[in-house]
Amino acid sequence: MTTTLAWIDYLIMLIYLGFVLGIGFALKKFMKTSEDFFLSGRSIPAWVAGLAFISANLGAQEVIGMAASGAKYGIATSHFYWVGAIPAMVFVGLFMMPFYYGSRAHSVPEYLRLRFDEKTRGLNAITFASMTIFSSGISMYAMAKLIMLLHVFDAPVLSLGLPRDWIFHASIILSALIVLGYVYLGGLTSAIYNEVLQFFLIVAGFLPLVLLGLRNVGGWSGLRTTLASMNKEAFTHTWVGMEHTSTNPLGVEWFGLVMGLGFVLSFGYWCTDFLVVQRAMAADSMTSARRTPLIAAVPKMFFPFLVILPGLIAIALPTAKVETAPAGAAGAATTIPAIQGIIPPKVDYWSGKLELDKNGQLVADYDMAIPQMLLRYFPAGMLGLGLTALLASFMSGMAGNVTAFNTVWTYDIYKAYVHPSGSDRHYLWMGRFATFFGTAISIGAAYLVSRFNNIMDALQLVFGFVNAPLFATFLLGMFWKRATGHGAFSGLLAGTGAAAIFHGLNLPRGAEAGIKGGWLTALAGGGPLFTFPTEMAQNFWMAIVAWTFCFVATIVISLLTRPRPDRELAGLVYALTDKPREGHLTWYQRPLALGVIVLLMTLALNFLFY
Amino acid sequence: MNLDIRLPIGLLFACLGGLLLLYGLATQFLQPAIYERSLGVNVNLWWGLALLVFGSIMTYFGRQPTRPSSPTH
Repeated sequence: MTTTLAWIDYLIMLIYLGFVLGIGFALKKFMKTSEDFFLSGRSIPAWVAGLAFISANLGAQEVIGMAASGAKYGIATSHFYWVGAIPAMVFVGLFMMPFYYGSRAHSVPEYLRLRFDEKTRGLNAITFASMTIFSSGISMYAMAKLIMLLHVFDAPVLSLGLPRDWIFHASIILSALIVLGYVYLGGLTSAIYNEVLQFFLIVAGFLPLVLLGLRNVGGWSGLRTTLASMNKEAFTHTWVGMEHTSTNPLGVEWFGLVMGLGFVLSFGYWCTDFLVVQRAMAADSMTSARRTPLIAAVPKMFFPFLVILPGLIAIALPTAKVETAPAGAAGAATTIPAIQGIIPPKVDYWSGKLELDKNGQLVADYDMAIPQMLLRYFPAGMLGLGLTALLASFMSGMAGNVTAFNTVWTYDIYKAYVHPSGSDRHYLWMGRFATFFGTAISIGAAYLVSRFNNIMDALQLVFGFVNAPLFATFLLGMFWKRATGHGAFSGLLAGTGAAAIFHGLNLPRGAEAGIKGGWLTALAGGGPLFTFPTEMAQNFWMAIVAWTFCFVATIVISLLTRPRPDRELAGLVYALTDKPREGHLTWYQRPLALGVIVLLMTLALNFLFY
Repeated sequence: MNLDIRLPIGLLFACLGGLLLLYGLATQFLQPAIYERSLGVNVNLWWGLALLVFGSIMTYFGRQPTRPSSPTH
């Protein structure tokens, strides 16, 4: 089994890249005002905004990460979708969109300024801008690393007499240039169009993979039987065993799951993440904006079959030999036995050496589930399509981060604090300029992460610290007119601080003190105060703690400080906003009806896979 | 925005679908062994056809004059 690419695979990739840049060029002439550049002139129809909504967050991290979780935890991973994302999306569409869209804010931080005060906005803008541009860098690094691990570009590069390292650098620089190119030219619209393109590519690339894989293992029942024989029957159930942490693969009980994942983490992400909200703000009307997340929820609920199933299939296959270097001048291809199914052990992408954990054991590289599935089932041709889909998802993730960065930088940092009285053309120029230096910073971040791998874990952590409290702030801001700026600011700090301290006091089972937790107690010389069965459980509970501390602190400080008069808050708080008039719409066009249908379908899926 | 998004999507998939279809046809006779890994199914041919159809439909709708798509403004 060789992993070299055929001419058709390269051709497919080149055609895709040509289209991506072509779209940027085609859209350039429509970028006349800064609102065109940053918010697509608010003219995107609901179905496009809906697809962009999910595509923006269907980055490679999700595609690869969900398959990895599927291999590690089983179909219970779909809780991220059926308990997490879908209810959150329905909530955003029905209850939060009227404020985001109606406030005419350009960004999430701007909404915070309108509702609370400048310092709350500043805190959010700065943390978000740094995190999002770092995320872009991480995507770049992850893509380059994957390309190295798959060895798919090795043969042509080596035959040109160039060292393998060039693949890594070329991958980072080229992907950065392409993203820079189309975002510079076409702004948010370009990013949105390419995201939607990427969404269809993912379906085109992975649907045949799932069909072939399922056929190979004997369908869902065959899969269940095989996994049961491996003592992993629980992998094919979502709710069975949720009464107790020890009876299900995720290591949480239903309360931790529903509150931690469902409520705090998912709602926190979908309701406040700028990347995602920016797409809905670009919609062409209020009703379109409300329908955007609801329309997005429909394909979203079927994603588990596309991204999680391959992970399950990957571990159910007979244990294979995995190739670590293709056949070449050195002789036959070197292979190592997989850890489980087709999941290879972790290998250092630079040196090719096997990685060992602290007990000297091999570590499973679950992130390789989907890429190995592609290599396993796809002949030349489809392989090109599958790889293009993966590369597309990395790049659209980067583009999403870069557009979010250039908007927040231009409106919430530059315009707010550096140069408030510029012309619109000046801000349009700044937006383009920010795209340049944002991309440069991402490249820097990519190289930094490649040296210090723990940065990725650190970023995940920081996201957790920052997003969960933010959600509490938004909830109170939108539904409780008594919430004040001082309350919001203190709440954000309290929530983040509480999360950090909580993290320092506990560890997931089997982990070492440090980036995984327990650092506070380690500094004091002792072991962690308590342990969690899995990292995921630790994550969920930390989110609950962060949210609760922010919620309580915001309420307490708000009650102690002076609120703004009602007339200033009109349109920003639920009680002081006119409800959108939708009586003249047919029933299926009304957001509420859509929301109910979506929730019922999700409930059905939960039952089916119980 | 005057560039309907269905147009580039349709064109890309029609292009890629057609390419895969032709490659699938050619390899069916010249290199059929490559389909052993896809369980004997000529996935290039069938999926290429599906993508071509999808792309063509999208392009067709993308070229229609746009009607107002949102209920309220």
